[in-house]
Amino acid sequence: MAVPAQKLEATAARLDGMSLPVGGKWATEAREAALARVREMGLPARRDEYWKYTRPDTLTQADAPAAATFETGEAPLFDSFDRLKVVFVDGVFDPEQSDDLSGENLTIERFADVAAKDIHWAKELYGVLETNGQNPVERPLAALNTAFATDGIVIHATGKVSRPVNLIYRHKSETSDAILHHVIKLDEGAELTVMENGPAAARFNKSMEVDVADTAAFHHVRAQGRDHERRAVTHIFGRLGTESTFKSFTLTVNGRLTRNEAVLELTGDDAVAHVAGACLGDGDFHHDDTVFVTHDAVNCESRQVFKKVLRNGATGVFQGKILVQPGAQKTDGYQISQSLLLDEDSQFLAKPELEIYADDVACSHGSTSGAIDEDALFYLRARGVPKNIATDLLVLSFVAEAVDEIEDEALREEIITRLEGWLERHR
Amino acid sequence: MLEIKGLKVQLEDEDKQILKGVDLKVEAGKVHAIMGPNGSGKSTLSYVLSGKDGYEVTEGSASLSGEDLLELDAEERAALGLFLAFQYPVEIPGVGNMTFLRTAVNAQRKARGEEEMSAKEFLQVVRAKAKTLKIDADMLKRPVNVGFSGGEKKRNEILQMAMLEPKMCILDETDSGLDVDAMKLVSEGVNALRDEGRGFLVITHYQRLLDHIKPDVVHIMADGRIIKTGGPELALEVEKNGYADILAEMA
Repeated sequence: MAVPAQKLEATAARLDGMSLPVGGKWATEAREAALARVREMGLPARRDEYWKYTRPDTLTQADAPAAATFETGEAPLFDSFDRLKVVFVDGVFDPEQSDDLSGENLTIERFADVAAKDIHWAKELYGVLETNGQNPVERPLAALNTAFATDGIVIHATGKVSRPVNLIYRHKSETSDAILHHVIKLDEGAELTVMENGPAAARFNKSMEVDVADTAAFHHVRAQGRDHERRAVTHIFGRLGTESTFKSFTLTVNGRLTRNEAVLELTGDDAVAHVAGACLGDGDFHHDDTVFVTHDAVNCESRQVFKKVLRNGATGVFQGKILVQPGAQKTDGYQISQSLLLDEDSQFLAKPELEIYADDVACSHGSTSGAIDEDALFYLRARGVPKNIATDLLVLSFVAEAVDEIEDEALREEIITRLEGWLERHR
Repeated sequence: MLEIKGLKVQLEDEDKQILKGVDLKVEAGKVHAIMGPNGSGKSTLSYVLSGKDGYEVTEGSASLSGEDLLELDAEERAALGLFLAFQYPVEIPGVGNMTFLRTAVNAQRKARGEEEMSAKEFLQVVRAKAKTLKIDADMLKRPVNVGFSGGEKKRNEILQMAMLEPKMCILDETDSGLDVDAMKLVSEGVNALRDEGRGFLVITHYQRLLDHIKPDVVHIMADGRIIKTGGPELALEVEKNGYADILAEMA
């Protein structure tokens, strides 16, 4: 379908004010190619089908809308974990607050340094998984990220990495507009856990390209900062080899606008991909999970589990797709998206999709919206549990299926503690 | 202990009278049974007493130890010592049975201004009580009532009763869905809780539960009223002749 001229003109006008970052040969090539992709696709506009439920204008406009920083007074997330800390402040790597970038079975480099080199292995992945992920649905903001990102982290896991990497995004300036791009490569048999937390910036565009080789396992747990006014668009592009595992969980509480896209491609037989999310929205909150899982190999399993708790006019969006390519027999695909609407002002918009070109597969999907279960609430109250605590318990009960996707018990407990804290403050 | 006077109740969202003037007094230490045909209002009475939404009390009163129950929220009634064993215990996925029990015990203690139970103390008490009801560690860990058989759900109700030590226990058709062995086990759990300071109101269709939980007083309820009150022999009469005779006698 031809892109409307008006859209291309608007995109060209927007890009006119921007110049590509200066870098080494490989990065310049990748950035130029990405910029060409953006020009060709045009930036997302309101009438795009893929942006039907989420207005992209504040994500594409020249200046980031201001966002106040928010001090929670809580101990920082993952504080008690033994991890390798990588800190970004308003989207810029901060070596002072970060740990030494080294670890067992791990090379880890700052993307700004990698991009300055004339040649680097990151070339194999940077913008490559993103480009693959542009078909069949375009994701122009990811291409924009590839073109203009100047910082991020580049990780190569060569074996089992016992110490997880924690990417911490601090937000200091009320008008910061951050773009980060991470490249993560897991060799055959490697294991790596990456945690992410923090609001990052007033506006945040983040991409993460993850290549999981045969039998490797990637675990990802993130919590997207509590600043009320922040906006974010994030993309995870994952490519899974034979018998590999990819598991990602995201907790979102607060934030004016969040669009999280996950684009996963199962390219090797017997791979397992799980992507899950829980969000709690109160008031001026718009949260969009857009997921696209492609099965292109035999006997793979994928799960999408998304739970949204919404009140005081909050909006939740889910667009999830399972695409089973010809020959991807014995696919086991599962998708569930549910919302708990705590009042009548909030809304949940869901678009679950299955597209299947193989004849021996099991795919299921479900999407529901509902209020608190009055029978369960009465049961708890009849046992003496006050209404507000009973409601909290039922909210936790509702999101449990998503939270249970976190395999590591300590990480799961950490996320549950955060959920409880939020619920207590939002009674 | 429990005193109900002239209680008239209708459904909130339709103009349908369900209880048409119920008078009932359960003394501490006594077990009262209510029997009656389907639709007589037995379960409604248990819900109204425990504070479920959807019912409107148009006349009458209900008090526990002299306190007006109808003015209180469900959780306040529970803290006051009222307990309803549900006919259909609710499944709550994602909330562990232990977490649920401990939250309930401590919420009630807090409401009464008592000290909360420590995790260690709670664990000891719950394990001991669970053992007598043949509730294993796995059932305690699982989400509340999820995947429990009918019998397990009812045993879990009795475990909650044992942990919460209420003053007044209402058992709403606790025998429904139970086989003979499970009924015996549940009844033993109830009997173990019989105490001079505690009253019971046992709602049932069938006399057989009353073989195990022996009542002091039996009431027959029909069409929203208690139409006959007597001793344990009344239950036997119902078992033998059904409700028709009594209904005819009253008409």
